[in-house]
Amino acid sequence: MKDEVTSREERIENLKGMGCSRKRVEDARFTQGKGNYVDDIKLDGMLFGDFVRSPYAHAKIVNIDTSAALEVPGVLAVLTAKDLEPLGLHWMPTLAGDRQMVLADGKVLFQGQEVAFVVAVDRYAAADGIEAVEVEYEELEVLVDPFKAMKSDVVLRPDTVAEDGSPAAGAHGPRKHHNHIFTWEAGDKGPTFETIDNAEVVAEETMYYHRTHPCPLETCGCVASMDKVNGKLTLWGTFQAPHAIRTVVSLISGIEEHNIRVISPDIGGGFGNKVGAYPGYVCSVVASIVTGKPVKWIEDRMDNLMTTAFARDYHMTGRVSATREGKITGLHCHVTADHGGFDACADPTKFPAGFMNICTGSYDIPTAFLQVDGVYTNKAPGGVSYRCSFRVTEAVYFIERMIEVLAIELNMDAAELRRINFIKKEQFPYKAALGWEYDSGDYHTAWDKALKTVDYEGLRAEQAQRVEDFKAGKTRSLMGIGLSFFTEIVGAGPVKNCDILGLGMFDSCEIRIHPTGSAIARLGTISQGQGHATTFAQILASEIGLPADSITIEEGDTDTAPYGLGTYGSRSTPVAGAATAMAGRKIRAKAQMIAAYLLEVHDNDVEFDVDRFVVKGAPEKFKTMKEIAFAAYNQAIPGIEPGLEAVSYYDPPNMTYPFGAYICVMDIDVDTGLPEIRRFYALDDCGTRINPMIIEGQVHGGLTEALAVALGQEIAYDDMGNVKTGTLMDFFLPTAWEVPNYETDYTVTPSPHHPIGAKGVGESPHVGGVPCFSNAIQDAFRPFGNRHTNMPHDHWRIWKTANELGLHD
Amino acid sequence: MSKKQHYKITVNGKEEEFLAEPRELLIYTLRERLNITGPHIGCETSHCGACTVTIDGKSVKSCTMFVAQADGKKITTIEGIGGPDNLHPLQTAFKEHHGLQCGYCTPGMITRAKKLLEENPNPTEAEIRFGMAGNICRCTGYQNIVKSIQAAAAEMNAAKEAAE
Ligand code: FES
Ligand code: FES
Repeated sequence: MKDEVTSREERIENLKGMGCSRKRVEDARFTQGKGNYVDDIKLDGMLFGDFVRSPYAHAKIVNIDTSAALEVPGVLAVLTAKDLEPLGLHWMPTLAGDRQMVLADGKVLFQGQEVAFVVAVDRYAAADGIEAVEVEYEELEVLVDPFKAMKSDVVLRPDTVAEDGSPAAGAHGPRKHHNHIFTWEAGDKGPTFETIDNAEVVAEETMYYHRTHPCPLETCGCVASMDKVNGKLTLWGTFQAPHAIRTVVSLISGIEEHNIRVISPDIGGGFGNKVGAYPGYVCSVVASIVTGKPVKWIEDRMDNLMTTAFARDYHMTGRVSATREGKITGLHCHVTADHGGFDACADPTKFPAGFMNICTGSYDIPTAFLQVDGVYTNKAPGGVSYRCSFRVTEAVYFIERMIEVLAIELNMDAAELRRINFIKKEQFPYKAALGWEYDSGDYHTAWDKALKTVDYEGLRAEQAQRVEDFKAGKTRSLMGIGLSFFTEIVGAGPVKNCDILGLGMFDSCEIRIHPTGSAIARLGTISQGQGHATTFAQILASEIGLPADSITIEEGDTDTAPYGLGTYGSRSTPVAGAATAMAGRKIRAKAQMIAAYLLEVHDNDVEFDVDRFVVKGAPEKFKTMKEIAFAAYNQAIPGIEPGLEAVSYYDPPNMTYPFGAYICVMDIDVDTGLPEIRRFYALDDCGTRINPMIIEGQVHGGLTEALAVALGQEIAYDDMGNVKTGTLMDFFLPTAWEVPNYETDYTVTPSPHHPIGAKGVGESPHVGGVPCFSNAIQDAFRPFGNRHTNMPHDHWRIWKTANELGLHD
Repeated sequence: MSKKQHYKITVNGKEEEFLAEPRELLIYTLRERLNITGPHIGCETSHCGACTVTIDGKSVKSCTMFVAQADGKKITTIEGIGGPDNLHPLQTAFKEHHGLQCGYCTPGMITRAKKLLEENPNPTEAEIRFGMAGNICRCTGYQNIVKSIQAAAAEMNAAKEAAE
């Protein structure tokens, strides 16, 4: 046969399947300026819409006068809540079971809130129109502190008060106070408290994980086009979950789902910012219906930072108990979660605090209890997973700080404390005290490899010497060694416990093999830079034996792609990757029957080998997948339908649990507060590795976002609820100058329940990186009595820590 | 709204004449008026560099400039740097070394990097990092961007040497 000369190794290489660093197919268009992002879309007669936004954080709206704005040349319409009310669209449901105002309905609850939507011929005319809208506000008392909000008589949301004046029940049960949203608990309170109360050693700490923002380089936006002739609505936008958006739009607008087509074009980064539904989407759709023209809405950077999708803002209190030898016996965590004016968290329905209950981390902790209280304040809504699976960043930061604090309490080395408490390899699958079942792990091997690579003992000796030198006045620089060992929980998730707005969190893949042996596969996910078009083709190449270069991957168009819940929470590889493998296996099963027919043997007498089926024991007799594909279309095979296609909807049996060991070495100038990252070592175990080049890229990117959050990135408010960090001047995004080179490493512990053993990696470096950077700073000051200081560790705060510890005296 | 004025600019070798309000930012002139959508918008406050173009031999953030200020100038965007038939070594290197993920910063990055290598054909890593500090990338962590620029520099220098 024609390719007999090719060796098996060459055949494997030709496929560019799983495990190889295939170059990305996306890059050609991006490097030539030919990407197609939402703001690149231009339609005939397209209008531009933009918002009048509230300058106040809490105010009553007395009057809105749009008459002058309507006189502005180029302005066609100005929408207010009054216009949306008859359509029932002045409020919209949030992903968290709450409601959010689309346009201010009588009052505003945060600075930058959408008050009116001006529709004009272009951006400049819209901006002129916004200037001319006159809004009369009456200022109300502002609540920016969740603890004060929980005591205040000020009612932020009238819909939280029952007729008798008591707090009305919310979407997640009873409220303790009118500004309280929910209480969520996991674990055993009684046994945990008893264990902690009677423990030999207890470490307690209070920490604040500050509010920040995912801030992808491209902001959010959309183009809505209502075709009144055929009744079809097309909505292009920066959607991380296009199908979910279609369903939401259908539910709130009443337009039947088959008449709505949602398209996510190229997306300029998401990191959680583009999961939710925003007022801009609703207003664009309404404006398109009203004007009969396509309407574009693109937020500017200030709008983005001030209004769409903050992350974190968790006030956490922890108690961890242990024996004198350092064996952890119990953990208690309480969180006061600041959700802003509306609860718009993007979590699976049953998890109002996301997967915060992964906060026992990588440790075998026999008993634990978690309680989270969500609170309304006069801040922007959001609470999205910024490059992490639902609140996992908060959980991992919490436990990795608690371990450090316990190490101080025990006067023990923090690396050793981690080691003696790790869940052991033979304990997997491991049922954690707060409910999750960890699928697989080998923590000791990863930890030992990491410590050995960086010469941990040598670093500690150097650090001790540095402290001596510092005390002797020979240096003004301290050395910090940051440790972090994280376990993530990703791949949401099993439909039995994970849904968003009632939509099960499965995902999907549909494959069509063309007669000449190339293919197209469509998925329910959407890439925002992760390189799906490259990696999903690699999974398929290995599964169906056709070269990745002959497989087109398409995502993001709800008219063509199978239903799926989208890309966030590192769910694409664990869920859609699994669907892809399973659909590939269906193709292979049919191909096996065709091959057997062509080779005139029984089905069971052929076996798959790289890119072909061979007759068992006679490898010279074979049919390549290419030949089989052609046969599927040109031969009448008894008992087999023509064609070669498959669909798979994958409902994962469990989440996946990637883990990793990170170590950071920092020098800190005590007098300037300037940290210099000398070394950063990152070992990741994400199970089976599909494309090492892309994994490494994800790790670099995630670590850099972790660096940002740990060392300065913050959405800060003053007491009046003014956003102090609304531009890139104040909101820290690291440049090439601030970012170090990272060393990456790995171990491979496949997920036992995933068809290809992959666990997902996009978010691990962010989740594990934040505590690692923070621990490095805090470790530098440990010899001088530091226990815990809150992030972000910008120069000023580091200087202040040094100052408070008396290091400037 | 202010009165429209007549402007003439040359973009990627092509002369363009049009009427526009002087307040129009150059990035909008390029993207909306001339349909040159390679340069992107990440901030409009000259922090991110997504809108970087080259004007009369200098890297410029085109969100910082009014169209009136660009009158009579020669502008190069990513579209003028290389296409399918004549890829610039930087375009190849960014793909080869995984110097991009979502691609949103990439046109600005490559446009700036090209200028950087013209100013300094043999930059050290620190010089690259400093010279690229006006361009923000949220995805890659820069390590592979630096690698891509180093690789392109080596390639371009080798080609120059071979030609001499
Ligand atoms: S858009 Fe011009 S620098 Fe950001
Ligand atoms: S590749 Fe996404 S911002 Fe640079």
